[in-house]
Amino acid sequence: MTITYSEFPDSRGHFGTFGGVFASETLMHCLEELKEAYHRLKHDEAFLTQFNHDLADYVGRPSPLYFAERLTDQAGGARIWLKREDLNHTGAHKINNTVGQILLAKAMGKKRIIAETGAGQHGVATATVAARLGLECVVYMGEVDIARQAINVYRMKLMGAEVRSVDSGSKTLKDALNEAMRDWVTHVDDTFYIIGTVAGPDPYPQMVRDFNSVIGRETKKQFAEKVGGLPDALVACVGGGSNAIGLFHPFLDDQEVAIYGVEAGGHGVSTGEHAASISAGKVGVLHGNRTYVMSDKQGQIIETHSISAGLDYPGVGPEHAFLNQTGRANYVSINDDEALAAFHQLTRVEGILPALESAHAVAYAVKLAASMSKEQNIVVNLSGRGDKDVHTIAAIEGVDV
Amino acid sequence: MSLIKNRLAELNGRKALVPFITAGHPKPEFTVPLMHELVAQGADIIELGMPFSDPMADGPVIQQSSEQAIANGVGIEQTIDMVKAFRADNQHTPVVLMGYLNPVECMGHQVFVSQAKTAGVDALLLVDSPPEESDDLLQHLRSNDLEQIFLIAPTTTEKRKHMICEHASGFVYYVALKGVTGSADLDTAAVANDVASIRQHTDLPVAVGFGVKDAQSAVAVAGAADAVVIGSALVSLLNECSDLSSAKRATEDFIKPIREALNSL
Repeated sequence: MTITYSEFPDSRGHFGTFGGVFASETLMHCLEELKEAYHRLKHDEAFLTQFNHDLADYVGRPSPLYFAERLTDQAGGARIWLKREDLNHTGAHKINNTVGQILLAKAMGKKRIIAETGAGQHGVATATVAARLGLECVVYMGEVDIARQAINVYRMKLMGAEVRSVDSGSKTLKDALNEAMRDWVTHVDDTFYIIGTVAGPDPYPQMVRDFNSVIGRETKKQFAEKVGGLPDALVACVGGGSNAIGLFHPFLDDQEVAIYGVEAGGHGVSTGEHAASISAGKVGVLHGNRTYVMSDKQGQIIETHSISAGLDYPGVGPEHAFLNQTGRANYVSINDDEALAAFHQLTRVEGILPALESAHAVAYAVKLAASMSKEQNIVVNLSGRGDKDVHTIAAIEGVDV
Repeated sequence: MSLIKNRLAELNGRKALVPFITAGHPKPEFTVPLMHELVAQGADIIELGMPFSDPMADGPVIQQSSEQAIANGVGIEQTIDMVKAFRADNQHTPVVLMGYLNPVECMGHQVFVSQAKTAGVDALLLVDSPPEESDDLLQHLRSNDLEQIFLIAPTTTEKRKHMICEHASGFVYYVALKGVTGSADLDTAAVANDVASIRQHTDLPVAVGFGVKDAQSAVAVAGAADAVVIGSALVSLLNECSDLSSAKRATEDFIKPIREALNSL
């Protein structure tokens, strides 16, 4: 039986056996309200007009689809195209989602915005739209991430957001998400929680996906204009998986397009120090949905490792779990050192500094290209720019900046 | 009839006291003796927390107690073993396991339920597993005569209250405030109203928890409820105890005045 991917999730937020609503009772009503508002507004002409207007004039869309000629030459196979989400306002794809969710918050009359962030890109994208609409904004961020993403912390503060340090658990993204959930339970009446990835309880995975699907829709159109037809393969990095699903979703029902999600292999999946939830995790429940989770044999969530803060998450969006289960998408991993090498390669041959997250996708695309013919085409989602990572990279390489 | 039903049926107007402690906190060897101490001080039902690394619905106190317990090597399996050890000397006080779904998923619904049953567990309360996602687990619980406790919150609509009550057994647990466990002030009038509205949907006893921290707040919510759950305040006291005798003393000093205040109602 053929699966029509565009029909998922079902009415209760399930992608096959994944997804759903595993939330505490206090949140159930506001999740229902959010779902109702989202389903009403996503077809509302005025809402969509405003959303598209903001994407064009504020975010700067459409983002270019760029042919990376010298990278292609070096890879020695299929042509590599970069979807330049790094050129968006604030420097990553995350703004597509926050522009959408803040409009929803406004329509629902919420006065206070909260968010969690890992690398800080989603926090910055949230602080940005909150500043634009003059809404109070609190961003939860793990202590470890605050240390490794100091520039983004400062950017958020400049835009008027309060950044709250989270020192529980592993002090990274998952703990920031727990803390944001606690805030939301406590201030449920006036607060809108802008989740930054395609995880969380329904309706977040589909809502964040829909707002980011502009990436895939533009890619489809741009590719048809520049080359004709469809690309042979899509590649994107997967932490929670919002940039990846944004690129993949409009192509899911085009079976001839191969799809690759690249997880963070950290020091190597066999070392246990990584963040490859699909490649090495097991089915469980975390942060409101059923998905692949990295946990020990007693079900405790284990600490993950990645050179990239944005991929350092022990779960993955439930739709990715589904695409893995059905085999529609392939999930692979790239280690820290490979991502770092790809960062340098793209910087040197194309003059583009990719975010360390996106560098994982670039690294895999270069490998993949070599195994394909020169007439074939790969689109890589260059989900963010690497300026935020310059300090991390300098520190790893012993350079004093 | 189950231990919980028995216990709540024989109250005759007396308010049930349901203390919560985290298994393995502050030390694994304290847990079973503390359960006995809670019974000695007048606990009617014991809620035993299964430590979880990411307790989203809990405040800092219970969160830290979980982290401590996990660091002490206590997880779902050790928690079940502690119930078994408690049952060696106590066959009448109901034990409710409280926690999060992932460890249960990890063990497998059927394996978990059968091991819990064998150990002498009476009921399960999973904070992040609402009735609509609990079909399979509920089936295993029912066929093993274990109760499934569900939460009802101040934000729960009448329609959901009805649905939850249809799935619940043992008792219904009303979350007295919007927030995490152990957070601040209770609005007792609102609690009374909500508990009354829950009784429109069910004949099950109603327990009230989250935000109850001493005799005064226990008495304030007990008026409307059949049972009062106290967690964070007790767990917080246990943080300070490095040996078992001081932990028992802290438990006695904390529980006794609450039990007396509830008895005087």
